[in-house]
Amino acid sequence: MSDLEIRESVVRGGIGQSPLRPDGVSKAEGSYLFSSDLSADNMLIGKTLRSPHQHARILSIDTSKALAMQGVHTVITADDVPGKPTYGLISSDQPVFAGEVVRYIGEPIAAVVADDEDICARAIAAIDVVYETLPALTDARFAADPESMEIHPDGNVIREQNVVCGDLSVVGDVIVEDRYTIGMQDQAFLGLEAALAIPDADGAGVECHVATQWLHEDLAQIAACLDLPETAIRMVLGGVGGAFGGREDISLQVHVCLLALATGRPVKMHYSRSESFLGHVHRHPAEIWMRHHATQDGRIVKIEAEFIFDGGAYASTSSAVLVNAVTHTQGPYKCDNAYVRGVAVRTNNLPCGAMRGFGVVQACFAHERQMDLLAQKCNLEPLEIRRRNAMATGDRLITGQTVESVAPVREIIAGLAAIPEPSETLHSNGHPYGLPGGAGNTTRSSDVVRGVGYGLAIKNLMYSEAFDDYSTARCRLDDGVITLKFATAEVGQGFITIAAQIARSTLGLEDVRLDPIDTGVGSAGSTSASRQTWMSGGAVEAACLKVRQLIFEHVAATTGGDAFALVIEGDTLVNTTNGQRWPMLQIVSGLVIDEEVEFRHRPTVPLDENGQGDCHTAFAFVGHRAVVDVDVELGLVRVVEIATVQDVGRALNPLSVTGQIEGGIAQGLGLALMEEIIQRDGRIMNPSFTDYLIPTIADMPPVVAQLIEIPDPQAPMGAKGVGEPPTISSTPAIISAIQNAMNRSGGADTHLTRVPIRPSDIAKAVNSNLRD
Amino acid sequence: MPIAHPDSIEDLKEILRADTSIVLLAGGTDFMVGLNHGSTRLESDHLIVDLRSVAELSTVELDYRSKMLRLGAGVRWNDLLSGPIEDAAPCLSQSARTVGSHQIRTAGTIGGNVATASPAGDGVCALVALDASVVLTSHRGQRNVAVRDFATGPKTTVIEKDEFIERIDVPIVNGWQGYSKIGTRNAMVISVAGAAVVLSPDSQICRIALGSVGPTIIAADSASSFATTAIDWNTSSVSTDDLDQVVQLVRESASPINDHRSTASYRTHAVGVLVKRLIEQGLRSIKESV
Ligand SMILES: Cc1cc2nc3c(=O)[nH]c(=O)nc-3n(C[C@H](O)[C@H](O)[C@H](O)COP(=O)(O)OP(=O)(O)OC[C@H]3O[C@@H](n4cnc5c(N)ncnc54)[C@H](O)[C@@H]3O)c2cc1C
Repeated sequence: MSDLEIRESVVRGGIGQSPLRPDGVSKAEGSYLFSSDLSADNMLIGKTLRSPHQHARILSIDTSKALAMQGVHTVITADDVPGKPTYGLISSDQPVFAGEVVRYIGEPIAAVVADDEDICARAIAAIDVVYETLPALTDARFAADPESMEIHPDGNVIREQNVVCGDLSVVGDVIVEDRYTIGMQDQAFLGLEAALAIPDADGAGVECHVATQWLHEDLAQIAACLDLPETAIRMVLGGVGGAFGGREDISLQVHVCLLALATGRPVKMHYSRSESFLGHVHRHPAEIWMRHHATQDGRIVKIEAEFIFDGGAYASTSSAVLVNAVTHTQGPYKCDNAYVRGVAVRTNNLPCGAMRGFGVVQACFAHERQMDLLAQKCNLEPLEIRRRNAMATGDRLITGQTVESVAPVREIIAGLAAIPEPSETLHSNGHPYGLPGGAGNTTRSSDVVRGVGYGLAIKNLMYSEAFDDYSTARCRLDDGVITLKFATAEVGQGFITIAAQIARSTLGLEDVRLDPIDTGVGSAGSTSASRQTWMSGGAVEAACLKVRQLIFEHVAATTGGDAFALVIEGDTLVNTTNGQRWPMLQIVSGLVIDEEVEFRHRPTVPLDENGQGDCHTAFAFVGHRAVVDVDVELGLVRVVEIATVQDVGRALNPLSVTGQIEGGIAQGLGLALMEEIIQRDGRIMNPSFTDYLIPTIADMPPVVAQLIEIPDPQAPMGAKGVGEPPTISSTPAIISAIQNAMNRSGGADTHLTRVPIRPSDIAKAVNSNLRD
Repeated sequence: MPIAHPDSIEDLKEILRADTSIVLLAGGTDFMVGLNHGSTRLESDHLIVDLRSVAELSTVELDYRSKMLRLGAGVRWNDLLSGPIEDAAPCLSQSARTVGSHQIRTAGTIGGNVATASPAGDGVCALVALDASVVLTSHRGQRNVAVRDFATGPKTTVIEKDEFIERIDVPIVNGWQGYSKIGTRNAMVISVAGAAVVLSPDSQICRIALGSVGPTIIAADSASSFATTAIDWNTSSVSTDDLDQVVQLVRESASPINDHRSTASYRTHAVGVLVKRLIEQGLRSIKESV
């Protein structure tokens, strides 16, 4: 076969190529409909009344003034929730509306529905709630103390999880330890929470269009609270403008459905930016202590650690986040002996839950700062200490689980070492944003010290601990046209693009259409845990393979050949026994086949009390090198470049993978340098993009990304999830680079232990008068 | 809600004379934020007056004879970035470059920045160092108020209900000027600390203004007069000890707060560093240019 023939039989837009995303142009042009753009005839607007107190008993709620207002249709409170009064992803501990006690500032108490936004706002203000304030529990370190008051009937401790393995009497020649602090990061998705609920004409059910990560989970929780059978509710994915974990929990879903059913009219709710900060869970702030024991030559022999995660007022996914943290204590390094304690607690702070990296971000920040300390103590280069300890496929984790995934940690380290460093003079090119301080014109080249730092991470993929994790997809072939149906939430990550690519490559047909994403098919699970390429990608592939098998059988039956001898090459069907070739389009002409499958990953088990068990499904690995210019005297940082090597298994869509890598690094850079929700007594001091800073184009450096493509035998098509890893170790790499610059500048010997780092944390090295 | 579109300054005066519940709207970049945030409330009897329809408010007059740049209140940041205005008042241009984003600089005006009276106002800091004055106009006449006296606290000013800012008179100072601002990211950020320095070898004057370290922009008078005498204007130099003393006085004139953007101690530290760097750079540049 000549080259030409092979090229001719390639299917356009198949896997390994980078076809443009179907939603790309409309998003760039501004014509894409996000959930907040939804509307319906006769639509009303709903709005939430939220608690102004961190902890208080509700003595009474008087809605009469609001109800009497012109244009107000109804007001609902906890008394109007017909079904289960609470909801939650793992334990159902969060009230739909607070009835007796409020536990954080911003907790929903009532919702009004009115003709318009203005009337809503006035009606909200007219609701009279009498509170008796209670002392608030704001410090996670005290929450687990049996002496502390309990702020929830389920207690303050959401979960305790230790990981104990090996010989605890081992003591290293070299010991390094410190305490680390991770601030509360927000997902800061650009598309604010919004939903439109449309009641059925007979009032027996409701259709809810919403920006979410998991339609079926929402459906189950809504149905329970509404006391309706699940069949009475239909969920449709509204345009989602980013998620990052912040849409895994329910926010306004139950409220909007209740209001629609109460009024018999379509109701829309949408949050403002400041309400959004109250309306979704955040990344857990954490306090972590870690102590590494190593031999003189830098080999880790034992790790001790303690994690305290502030879960805020309600459980959300805190218990799973904690498990991720403690089970990733070692990072991508071998370690035989460990004693790790972890606890996630309730406080009267904002509830925390899923965010990109899910517990591993916190653990990785601590273990990578520790690796730098260890390198220093052992007199080794940062990459060398990591190389000496690098884990590989077949190694056992501190949980006793064997890493079966491809684990190219040494390749990542070698890759990072091989990428040339940007030139020292890059910053003085005269670009106004090229120096620390950027547009602020604070810094000359002579004020700048260059620093280089590294971070490496291991991240579990998919759900853990015996969760029945599956995805459903349906593939319908009708006269050469493929139609895919799934409930996979497209949140901006690009699943709809690769779903079509997978179908094209599997079936050798180019015309792929996507059905609306809704609950008209089985669950796809959540768009989280870097799982949809593997899970829904796996489901789409499996459904297409079933269709392909039926095509082969049809061809074999009509041509008298053997179905097993048939393969698809590009857009061509080939009989491998006689070399006969047919264009696929011709073969499937007139054929109608419709197949649906549920795809599951390998089973996992819960951890025992010592944190032992094969609790995770699979792992991905990544490394980052940050090069920074630091103005130490002012504590200002300009990240010059991030180089990364990422284990992706196989890049189904290289452009999409690059997008995930660059976006994830931006989010990791945000946590390193600026992103933090600052609470004082449970009140957010910076609930807007004026003061909750996310990186701009002037903060984001060029990214040099190298992919390691070793197809993982356990992954469908060999492809690992790529969404979370970029966020995880980019953060410590940047801090490590800043540390390196500070050390070079000869300032005081401070070990950086907090993210986000603040200018004063750096400037402290030269001015000891600076206080926190 | 009624909106008025006056097309002349005369018109505007009359509207302000007749009505007392008036909201002046220029670029809206402060106003709309306040409205969305709820800190600004509009009642139905409020009259919104669109200043953009008054073309006279956007005029720029460069008068080198009397050494005065007269900037209409409606002049937008983007018009301040370069060209003749940059030559006449370089630190004002530099402050304009630090403001918001391209979108904000396209809409926002210098008059709005002054009227808002934020202690973090970037343009205001440059204007104070330049010893500029606000020209307030009403049907009763006109008065001049030094920019440094215009704001009396965060968001409070000496403006009367029937007055508007017609223009800002900015002295054209020979020599060197600079503006620096610290924020926690590299662009589009509210100042955590800012400083403007004006050095005039001709009149042998150094003037320093500080942003975000007090309830209003601070004219650092003691530091300015110490620097004025400490600088050897013949050699364009200052001793290290004297410069340290300037920094010390700058820090003493600051009265910053701790808030979610930064700490008082960092702000105090930072304004000192900014002023030191600006004076060093200015003197170096003056020396090189002779
Ligand atoms: C995203 C963003 C970023 C920003 N970044 C910065 C920054 O970096 N630095 C900075 O200093 N500011 C910044 N600002 C604030 C704002 O852009 C500036 O203060 C701007 O100069 C305000 O001008 P304006 O024309 O938009 O004022 P408007 O919003 O129209 O008006 C502001 C106030 O001034 C009054 N006013 C306006 N013109 C007159 C007049 N002629 N006479 C009397 N009163 C008047 C109005 O009544 C109103 O009270 C930012 C704002 C946003 C939204």
